[in-house]
Amino acid sequence: MAVIIDKNSKIIIQGFTGKMGTFHADEMIKYGSNIVGGVTPGKGGTKHLERPVFNTVKEAVKKTGATASILFVPPAFAADSAMEAADAGIKTCVAIVDGIPSHDMIKIKRYMRRYTKSGKMTLVGPNCAGIISPGKSMLGIMPGHIYKEGRVGIISRSGTLGYEAAQQLKNLNIGVSTSVGIGGDPINGSSFRDIIEKFETDDETDAILMIGEIGGPQEVAAGHFAKENMKKPVIAYIAGLTAPKGRVMGHAGAIVSAYGESAIEKVEILKECGITISKNPSVMGDTVKSVLDKS
Amino acid sequence: MDIHEYQAKKILSSFGVSIPRGGIVYSPENAENKAREIGGSKWVVKAQIHSGARGKAGGIILCNTPLEVAQATDKLLGKKLVTNQTGPEGKIVNRIYIEEATDIEKELYLGLVFDRSSESIMIVASTEGGMSVEEISKEKPETIIRSKIEVAVGIQSFQARELAFGLGIEPALISRVSDTIVGCYKAFSELDATMVEVNPLVISKQKQILALDCKMSFDNNAMFRRSQVSELRDKTQEESKEVYASDRGLNYVSLDGNIGNIINGAGLAMASMDMIKLAGGSPANFLDVGGGATPEKIVKAFKLITMDEKVRVILVNIFAGINRCDWVAEGIVQALDKIEVKVPIVIRLAGTNVEKGNEILKKSKIEYIEANTLEDAANKAVKALGK
Repeated sequence: MAVIIDKNSKIIIQGFTGKMGTFHADEMIKYGSNIVGGVTPGKGGTKHLERPVFNTVKEAVKKTGATASILFVPPAFAADSAMEAADAGIKTCVAIVDGIPSHDMIKIKRYMRRYTKSGKMTLVGPNCAGIISPGKSMLGIMPGHIYKEGRVGIISRSGTLGYEAAQQLKNLNIGVSTSVGIGGDPINGSSFRDIIEKFETDDETDAILMIGEIGGPQEVAAGHFAKENMKKPVIAYIAGLTAPKGRVMGHAGAIVSAYGESAIEKVEILKECGITISKNPSVMGDTVKSVLDKS
Repeated sequence: MDIHEYQAKKILSSFGVSIPRGGIVYSPENAENKAREIGGSKWVVKAQIHSGARGKAGGIILCNTPLEVAQATDKLLGKKLVTNQTGPEGKIVNRIYIEEATDIEKELYLGLVFDRSSESIMIVASTEGGMSVEEISKEKPETIIRSKIEVAVGIQSFQARELAFGLGIEPALISRVSDTIVGCYKAFSELDATMVEVNPLVISKQKQILALDCKMSFDNNAMFRRSQVSELRDKTQEESKEVYASDRGLNYVSLDGNIGNIINGAGLAMASMDMIKLAGGSPANFLDVGGGATPEKIVKAFKLITMDEKVRVILVNIFAGINRCDWVAEGIVQALDKIEVKVPIVIRLAGTNVEKGNEILKKSKIEYIEANTLEDAANKAVKALGK
């Protein structure tokens, strides 16, 4: 069984009948993901892409047994949709949407504190590419064909840089167990630490490639966790060596505002934690290969 | 999004924070009248630009007569102020704030930011007001006190009181300092701010608690529900190419180098900039055309990059995901059909339908240098500088 989703995971699309929802639902179905329906308030009872549409997530879960959802709703309504998913008992929710206010993200995370650890939904994103377990299921917007099936786990804040890594690995004939895009926002659902912890216990993953960038404390937190708790090797690349201090570099969360948040400082701290650093973005694949060859 | 000092003061004052009497002016005559209207015997003329450290740059002038106020205003209006935060090009002064001078007894620091580790709002205070928070944490770290506020319940009186006592405030003034802290917190949480800074927060000789200088920044993602805040945007304070880009849905940051970048995805853009640096070059900009990289966006991106006179080579690096390289290639051909580019262009396509994409580029009339990998692209871009 793959780390977060597998072939049998029943998936619903929130914002199913919209342009984005329709396009990506179709892509996911083509990839082989088990899409069992979707939610668009007010369109319940109709069919879309030959699958049932429901008014509420609760109803969709009750009728289809869905355990995973993916959000294609506009930023203003995204927090509401994520909380609705958590309340309906969804176990994994991916928020693709870019542009959710930080205050709303904090609100979602506070809302989810009402659940016990085992009952809590895993929220991934927002502003991310989603999750793919190659050959099994795709709960995201990535180009599925660039991922080869294999045993390396990828976690990336950036979407396209994650694709770059998957392609480099594929060119070296190395495959991916699961790739998780955690998104570029300052406050996100799952951190690097949350996901490497899942990879550590995943029997389909041998090594983990972590692709970080400037800004925020999460890469360093994951480094400390890896040093103290992990047996599997971790390889990391941190983007943004040339990024000026105090400027937002595209991703809302990519801003250096404190010590330990620049690329150079993160690399230094991760090295001290025993993590192998990919010196530049064009050798992410080679660095993973050299680590795998040694072990 | 940043706003001016006077705008931040107006906002904070509506949340119960006391500020000195003052008003905004746009001409010397205006300024003289405003000084008389405010009254008193001393005034401060403050250049309104989106930057701190204005005092050291000559942007804040103390005046003793309304005539001096007019003269100081005349001197500052239309001037470009260069501070240690604006970069060498400086920022233009279009608005002047006239304020009654305050007799300062003590200067404090008060700041509110998001704490990304605890995902709460962090209040930072220090007895060493007037210095930047970076300077305080370097030189007098022992004076800094912090309080994390649980956003679900908001700030409690005891938390504000603890901070006030922590600053060594005399008992008679505790409740007013607490009210100031609570007011700043409410402004932060109710207006989707990302930063509120009052520096200095002063205790005057007359025992008033006054916000003497204020800064506020807001979450761009929340502007859809904060129309009153978004109206405060002053585009004259932003770099012109960055304004052009943000109006067209492009993520752009102007930098010092000479290799212009057009890239899809923020992470890949930062990574490409890193590769340029490692190859011995220097990026002229950060530009993310979005994960989708539609042909329209690519046309806009070329327009933007060709506006930058520093650019001597353009590097295009697109990893096509759901969109396809053939589609991206057509966008590039369309763009170069409309826009004259006089510098070498290096293009690297990767991902879906890369062969088709490269074929379209080859068959077109455009002159370019083809690259296969990130490293190859950066090396070729740096090499092309010599041509």
